[in-house]
Amino acid sequence: MKEIILIKNGELALKGLNRRTFEDMLVKNMRRRLDSAGKFKFTVAQSTIVAEPEEGADIDEAVARIEKVFGIAAFSRAAAVEKDMEVILKSAEEYLAPQLLSVRSFKVEAKRSDKKFPLNSPEICRETGGYLLRKFPHLVVDVHNPDMVVTVEIRDTHAYIHGKQIKGAGGMPTGSAGRAAVLISGGIDSPVAAYMMAKRGLELIAIHFASPPYTSERAEQKVHSLLKQVSKYSGRITLFVVPFTEIQELIKDNCPEDIFTVIMRRMMMRVAQIIAQKENSGALITGESVGQVASQTMPAIACTDAVCEMPVFRPLIGMDKDEVVAISRKIETFDISILPYEDCCTVFTPKHPKTRPTIDYVEECEKALEVDRLVDEAVKNTRFVLINAY
Amino acid sequence: MNAYFDNSATTAPCCEAVNAVSDAMTRCWGNPSSLHRAGNLANELLENSRKDIANRLSCAPEEIFFTSGGTEGNNLAVIGAAHQMRRMGRRIVSTSVEHSSIDDTLNKLEADGFEVIKLKVDNYGRINEKDLYAAVNSNTILITMMLVNNEVGSIMPIQAAKRAAMMARSPALIHCDAVQAFGKMPLKPASLGVDLMTISSHKIHGPKGVGALYIRKGVKIKPRTFGGEQEKKIRPGTEAMPAIAGFAAAARALPDPARELEHITMLRDYMVAKLIEIPDVVINSPPDALPYVTNISVLGIKSEPMLNFLSEKGIFVSSGSACSKGKKSHVLLQMGLDRKRLDSPIRISFSRYTTVQEIDALILGIAEAKKVIRAAK
Repeated sequence: MKEIILIKNGELALKGLNRRTFEDMLVKNMRRRLDSAGKFKFTVAQSTIVAEPEEGADIDEAVARIEKVFGIAAFSRAAAVEKDMEVILKSAEEYLAPQLLSVRSFKVEAKRSDKKFPLNSPEICRETGGYLLRKFPHLVVDVHNPDMVVTVEIRDTHAYIHGKQIKGAGGMPTGSAGRAAVLISGGIDSPVAAYMMAKRGLELIAIHFASPPYTSERAEQKVHSLLKQVSKYSGRITLFVVPFTEIQELIKDNCPEDIFTVIMRRMMMRVAQIIAQKENSGALITGESVGQVASQTMPAIACTDAVCEMPVFRPLIGMDKDEVVAISRKIETFDISILPYEDCCTVFTPKHPKTRPTIDYVEECEKALEVDRLVDEAVKNTRFVLINAY
Repeated sequence: MNAYFDNSATTAPCCEAVNAVSDAMTRCWGNPSSLHRAGNLANELLENSRKDIANRLSCAPEEIFFTSGGTEGNNLAVIGAAHQMRRMGRRIVSTSVEHSSIDDTLNKLEADGFEVIKLKVDNYGRINEKDLYAAVNSNTILITMMLVNNEVGSIMPIQAAKRAAMMARSPALIHCDAVQAFGKMPLKPASLGVDLMTISSHKIHGPKGVGALYIRKGVKIKPRTFGGEQEKKIRPGTEAMPAIAGFAAAARALPDPARELEHITMLRDYMVAKLIEIPDVVINSPPDALPYVTNISVLGIKSEPMLNFLSEKGIFVSSGSACSKGKKSHVLLQMGLDRKRLDSPIRISFSRYTTVQEIDALILGIAEAKKVIRAAK
């Protein structure tokens, strides 16, 4: 008996003629993700992907990682055994014992794609159900609302036996929707926004603005840790670190205080956009939510968006803070986010920011800055780091 | 050149301590509780170490109990004393500027039904003795106070605690968190009227992960951990011999605190004289603070950019207690400082290795930071 992982893909089945491309992408993503957990062999058949561990591969680690791969609705661990009813029954008893001992009712489902197998599906169900009832007398059969479904699949080479399904991360395979750049500060929101867009199939790059000495090395390390956590879901992320001190100082020296943040956001967008274009990204992602802070009011967002030519995705735009926090706890970025280091957004926060800035006013104030030179220099001096959880 | 001014967070281990740790790990690594010769040798080292620490506190070796450091010592003393005395009353008197290992422990005890009184401080971080006398009643079972505040260096009138207890006819035990005072001023728990005193190794150039609790002969407290017979069951668990040996070596290497204090005072006065020449620099520490700790605010420049800027230049200061990792200081808040000062504190803490050159570099660094870093509103 050998243990394998059976992966059912979610929305992918809907994708008609593109299905093959999506499946290939999913397999590629999984291959990458499992790379450091050992060697796995992947085979695709009938909208099911089989991951078979080879010598020395860590299947528990693989399951933990697959749980976080987007594009998977559900998957299960299964025993792959010889296609012989006797063997199937014995293996089911042994392999499913830990699960069966923790439930009261069950039913058996069978799928037979190999029509040469001597028993048909109802017969397999009956045999297996009867056998398990004899071996586990505490169980009852409940076909409508069972605690657990035992599935026996008869395929080309093996029979697969599996019990409880594990819920997958859902969404679409990373990369299937293209690539986008997330602006990440170190707060609670941006990692959640990154996670949500990766879930819809976007491959991520990340852009972080660093303002030493106002922000510290630890603040940047914190961003590394956040992205590392996000990359468990999204796959590896290239982080671009933009030197932002001069721009922030010049804004402070030359622009009215009440409009700092909006001008800063506009400068960030300009820089981010150029980096995104260079890196073949089609959109920017931010963690803004309407009305959360002064720079996230509708007029402020309008002023920020006025400098963007590419779409800006704001998946949190209509969410409350506690909803965002709930997700950040789920993806385990919350505890990193709340480390108290100053980030670029909190440097020089004005006391009374304008909540209804107009584009005319902002553009007038910006005239004091050599916008093009500053943006060029920031882009030119940007460093990058590759972030990968595994 | 690096200039290290964060000695209240931790100190550089002295070579005596490093050698003692290494020696205990290579030559004398037996279990002190073992009955064979290897064990005996380790036990001898343990008891000699205990004597070295006791010497520094002018107490008996039997009154020294090794712990894992300041936090454990404080927890053990406060919780252990409170539970030992719980039938005799329920009031605990402390101050509002204690280290978090006392403050959070007191909050826990309060939740468990003890009545906790935290005395207010003036804007130099000092309590008023009169408040202490007023707060202690016959129902009081524990008075716990730090001797030297870790953030501003203010000195608390711990010797008044016993007197207050006697006057109120209270059975209270007196605990003193002396982590920031040990090795830096003459210290004798018996003459301070203290029953329990916490000290820590890594603040006196010893290794981290070890400290001691002084428990006056005849005083009983309840243990927090249970297991073997080590440390008379007050703190069971195999003794951390390498760390303990390093602690003892560091304690032996301490210079005479009274004489050292004169030297440090001189350095402090030199630094303060130069600091106040820089515009917008204000001193938050009281004039009568222990000169090892000086807390200042550079108005308009937040602590974090200042720290980062100085750190780039190899000058290491802190914004407050290392244990609170960047949160706003509750000590300065309790002192009632205005927001501008609260936003910009810098703690400069000395050790016996601090030099005039380092101080000059620091002054230069702060002056330069003032020019480069944009002021916050």
